[in-house]
Amino acid sequence: MSGFATHLIVAPVLLPLVAGAIMLAMGGERHRTLNAAINVVATFALVGISIVLLRAADVAPGGVAGVYRLSDWPAPFAIVLVADRLAAIMLLLASLLAAASVVFSLARWHRMGVLFHPLFQFLLMGINGAFLTGDLFNLFVFFEVLLAASYGLALHASGTPRVAAGLHYIAINLAASLLFLIGVSLIYGVAGTLNMADLASRIPAIRAEDRPFLEAGAGILGIAFLVKAGMWPLCFWLPSTYSAAPPPVASLFAILTKVGVYIVLRLWLLLFGVEAGASAWFGGELLLAGGLATIAFGAIGSLASQGMARLASFSVLVSSGTVLAAIGMGQVGVTGGAIFYLVSSTLGLAAFYLLIELVERGREPGADVLAVTRELYGEEGEEEDELDEAEEVGIAIPVTMGVLGIGFLACALVISGLPPLSGFVAKFALMTAALNSQPGAVWTGAWIFLAVLILSGLAALIAMVRAGISAFWASPDRVVPRVRLIEIAPVAVLLLLCAIQTIQAGPIMRYMQATAQSLHAPHDYIRGVLGAEGAGGQERRGRI
Amino acid sequence: MEIVLALGIGVFTGSGVWLILRPRTFQVIIGLSLLSYAVNLFIIAMGRLRTEAAPVLAMKGVGDPAQFADPLPQALVLTAIVISFATTALFLVVLLVARGLTGTDHVDGREPES
Repeated sequence: MSGFATHLIVAPVLLPLVAGAIMLAMGGERHRTLNAAINVVATFALVGISIVLLRAADVAPGGVAGVYRLSDWPAPFAIVLVADRLAAIMLLLASLLAAASVVFSLARWHRMGVLFHPLFQFLLMGINGAFLTGDLFNLFVFFEVLLAASYGLALHASGTPRVAAGLHYIAINLAASLLFLIGVSLIYGVAGTLNMADLASRIPAIRAEDRPFLEAGAGILGIAFLVKAGMWPLCFWLPSTYSAAPPPVASLFAILTKVGVYIVLRLWLLLFGVEAGASAWFGGELLLAGGLATIAFGAIGSLASQGMARLASFSVLVSSGTVLAAIGMGQVGVTGGAIFYLVSSTLGLAAFYLLIELVERGREPGADVLAVTRELYGEEGEEEDELDEAEEVGIAIPVTMGVLGIGFLACALVISGLPPLSGFVAKFALMTAALNSQPGAVWTGAWIFLAVLILSGLAALIAMVRAGISAFWASPDRVVPRVRLIEIAPVAVLLLLCAIQTIQAGPIMRYMQATAQSLHAPHDYIRGVLGAEGAGGQERRGRI
Repeated sequence: MEIVLALGIGVFTGSGVWLILRPRTFQVIIGLSLLSYAVNLFIIAMGRLRTEAAPVLAMKGVGDPAQFADPLPQALVLTAIVISFATTALFLVVLLVARGLTGTDHVDGREPES
């Protein structure tokens, strides 16, 4: 990439910043329609930019589309933005979710509180910056931007449950940010750099007596990210916050846990890959075990949840647990499958969050709780007045319910990983790669991973079917929710993307595998950031 | 000086951790503030403690880096202070809203049944 195209790398950060600032400067609520228009245009422009970056990363040598040096200072001394394959995939995923939820919010949700549109753009700015940055401290700053905007959005439309859940969310994230700072400064104290690529080239040369500090720093940093990714036992805040958040926001929040997962994927493989010397694969078993525990916790939680929003939130946990466990296996093939799964499950979950609001609209609050309680105490027959079969034949299913039902079915297929949608392809890829990762006998960890993955799919299926039955096979006199086209269209588009991911599974999987390969062998990334002199990284002496 | 700084960080962290585990929102916010002071001091310590050394290079020429304090942790601390100040202010607003909506200052929004 050259000339104007190089500047495209900074666009995913600048565009939302400028768009958000313009909206604020115009005075927020007085021009809501104009704000909404700016938000939609900016978000769709982001989708376009991400697609361009995705293509550029694919054809670029080494998979690095470009390194943007802010203010053109040389790399290890100043902040860089790096657009490689993984960053491009995540950018595209984030902007697609954002586009879907902004269109959805136009129907009614953006009117329920103040400053929805500017906060939305600032959230996007933080997310995109976190994906692009090549510097640890800059990552902290983007995380804070993202979190500050997410606090505002989680409290959008107010209400006691939201404020109570938001209070926990903010307190936990503030504490995690402080851990983040401790980790960053420990790493700086030992290695003397905060540039990720520079750090990766210095780690093999770190002296044995300094290594415990480096590993402690990395561990503390890891905890901060894992809180955000929702790994068990750091995930208890997640279900209540996500299920209390307004649906379009919750749908975009599906990517927030993936930001934590992304950082683990990026940093762990970059810093503690094969070449890290004595620190190679530091904490890998912990990632695998923690990921498996997260899947189990999420699966049990989704079986126990009484409302659909909680069910979706526990599915978010299952999804990030699966990716974390797959990363922890440290195999190229599994990582490729994990990225495919990450994209597929995030799209499915985002669609599910949007769909839940449409389904729940026609029901009195607490209907799900009642349904589960009824099942428990076996009082089903008493309350429902069963129709005669002759009467039942004549009842037409309203079109809305039919469309919502098909959407729900598709979400269930993607989330539980059944054919024919992308969830199945993703899980299949994960399992084949886990089984074939080592020649000869299959590793015990791979068997456990396989078993947990299949069981979690079963649990998700049971939970989804139960929720679906109580929502769609209810007595026919229920109120049919009024759904507008701009509300159902985003759901349909997200599910269509899952279908495309299935049909085009070959080329997409090839892209994911190439991504995984460059993550596991990050020479090109390091060379791309540090330039020609980066090869001499080992010769440059550390500060200490 | 090292021992004083280490003790200071330790006391701040200990008090902060104890306070954020308390059930009242005001205790939590003070705990978070104390923790952020501890973290700020810690970042400075990671740039090595130096007295009577300027954090920037001399006006003319490059100078010897060994004669200056490391400027990077100081820049990091400034950013961290600003960010933690802003987020604490935001938390304070949410705290007040929660107090107004739920009528209690318990972190769960309701008094525990005793």
